[in-house]
Amino acid sequence: MRERSFFQRLFEPPSLTEMAPASKLLTYAILIGWTIVVLFPLYWVLITSFKLPFQVNDGPDFIPFIDYQPSGHAWRYIFVELGNDTLRPYLNSIIIALTSTVLAVIIGSLAAYALVRIQYNVKIGTIAGFIVLLGATVYSINRFGTPWHLTAAIALALFFFFATSFGRYFKRALKNNDILFWIISNRILPPVVAVLPIYLMFQRVGLLDTHVAMIATYMAVNLPIVVWLMRDFFAGIPIDLEESAEIDGASRIRIFATIVLPLARPGLAATFLLVLILAWNEYLLALFISTADAQTMPLLVAAQNATRGPQWWYMSVLIVIMIAPIVLMTILLQKHIARGLMVGAVKG
Amino acid sequence: MAPTRTDRIGELDPAPPKFGLAEWIDQQTGKLFVLPAVIILLTFAIFPLLVSAYLSLTKFKLVAGGFDLRYVGLRNFKKLFFGSQQYHLLGTFDAFGPFEWAVFVTVIAAVVFWFWRFFTGGAFNVAGLVGRLISASLLVALTWLILATVFGGYPGSLVVTLFYVFVGVGVQFCIGLGLALLCGQAIRGRNAFRIIFFIPLMVTPVGIAYMFRMLADMQRGPLAYVWQWFGLGEFSWAADPWTARLVVLIGDTWQWVPFMFIVLLAAIENMPRDQLEAAKIDGAGGWQIFRDITWPSIAPVAATIVLIRLIEAFKIIDLPNVLTNGGPGIATESLTLHSFIAWRTQDLGGSAAVGYTLLFVSTITCVSFFNFIGQRTRKTEA
Repeated sequence: MRERSFFQRLFEPPSLTEMAPASKLLTYAILIGWTIVVLFPLYWVLITSFKLPFQVNDGPDFIPFIDYQPSGHAWRYIFVELGNDTLRPYLNSIIIALTSTVLAVIIGSLAAYALVRIQYNVKIGTIAGFIVLLGATVYSINRFGTPWHLTAAIALALFFFFATSFGRYFKRALKNNDILFWIISNRILPPVVAVLPIYLMFQRVGLLDTHVAMIATYMAVNLPIVVWLMRDFFAGIPIDLEESAEIDGASRIRIFATIVLPLARPGLAATFLLVLILAWNEYLLALFISTADAQTMPLLVAAQNATRGPQWWYMSVLIVIMIAPIVLMTILLQKHIARGLMVGAVKG
Repeated sequence: MAPTRTDRIGELDPAPPKFGLAEWIDQQTGKLFVLPAVIILLTFAIFPLLVSAYLSLTKFKLVAGGFDLRYVGLRNFKKLFFGSQQYHLLGTFDAFGPFEWAVFVTVIAAVVFWFWRFFTGGAFNVAGLVGRLISASLLVALTWLILATVFGGYPGSLVVTLFYVFVGVGVQFCIGLGLALLCGQAIRGRNAFRIIFFIPLMVTPVGIAYMFRMLADMQRGPLAYVWQWFGLGEFSWAADPWTARLVVLIGDTWQWVPFMFIVLLAAIENMPRDQLEAAKIDGAGGWQIFRDITWPSIAPVAATIVLIRLIEAFKIIDLPNVLTNGGPGIATESLTLHSFIAWRTQDLGGSAAVGYTLLFVSTITCVSFFNFIGQRTRKTEA
């Protein structure tokens, strides 16, 4: 082994698997730099929530107890003086996010499982016929004032008559992949396009600003993601177990509940966490559908600006209580959440 | 596709299948698994989409005890594209200078070259031609719009959205890829970095907006001393259109780099090790290894995550609405925010028309990206 100079030792890797000291140093410098970029804003919000107004206004103080004396006044104000005004949106957020996520995961998993295991063959002619009859029904109810149950019954009868008699002449059909693509492509739809009619719809039935409306909407927008992720998880489960249960005479629903779901538990956890976080953070739909009673945390945080001007100490408290559970969950369950992202993205 | 249940059982079990009522019902319930999802999507996506299309063609008015819709044809779109709202959606135009002409002609030439390749490439078909015509006309129109408004004029919400989408996704992808490459090396503490870098993705965008408003405060924020050092203590980023847009972009980047990072890191870690080691033994340089080994194997994943990000980035509203309130003026307004503001002023028709503009632009962009760029990366992989 020849003698290496200082510079050679600095810039040349000592072996194939190790890195040169210089590039190692640079790598760590950049990675630690980005760590600061990630953590500093969170740190700043946390310490601001313990500052008094004059401490914020006097210019930047960085380290509690040394630069300034922390105070819990903002926390007291948010939790004691505002009390229910803070807790109600917080509770709303928890209820809406949890319920909508559970529903979306159940309904989405059913659909995803069915798209993996059952062959669908929906004739395009059938769909077109259904749409035409639906349109005709709505038109005749509005235009001629026919009683709606009678019209609906006639339309249904006509639909089944046509479906059984002429249905076989239509060859073009939607297969599983078409249905899957259709479900996922709903994600491209900008929510702002869909939310106006949803708003009018809920206004008509008097459900605006209720938990039901929020839960139903959140469930619907997150459904495509659940189907997309769960399909990959279900496709990875071997079919043998299901087949033997089948021979033993178990029904579809039993097989799904007792065999498939337990096997898909990691996937369910990943999907659940991801969708839960999306629902927890959602802002636009809440902006349209909820105003007071069903108001969620993102709205409360955003409203700080309009009502009181930038009172950073209070805002920081709200942000901290809003993101703390999410950040803790992320740190503890990072592997599970990231798995959800990975399946979706890596397999396309 | 997985074979149907009955097929499989026929193979395994030669006994004739049972034909009872219970079995028939079980068969049908199986088929109904997908029905709830379809009904929900029809109610909350397809039906609203159609109603929105109709709304965009009407004038909405609140009357006693409800509302009234009057059909006005394409008047809402006309107002947005050519009429009194043109400044809001498209922006204020400026005449082309030599620089703008040069860029515009280059883009046109590139499009013509692309069509020429398509016609002479031997894979000509009508569907391909129609798709390319749609993509190309959108590209040319948007290029013209950007050139006419960004240099000299004043960009409207459409151009601002494009700025967030393309500049944002580009920057996020580059930073994410760089961090993933660094973190994918044999270094200690990789898992700690992975967990920390992941956090911003999960933080509420509304919270991020306020966070960056605090951080960007030039007098009271943590960087106040730095600004004073540069003599910028009195400068207000919120009053200048481009610095305001930049702050929104920084907030968005802070949130979305983790997504790129975490998925690209997984792709890099899944790469075959033997090829890499062979290249190192042969003395290949870092750039060579990246270009010939790393990039081809992660390109399909890269295309997919860029597509996912494009889809989501077009929907941006939280950051501009909370961070800058769309201001100064309309400088940071995205299309979704524009639509929301129109809704708030009872202009439902205009709101729906802006929403539909967003729908068309984002759908054509995403489908074009998927067809003309995303597919290519998959081919090189095979």
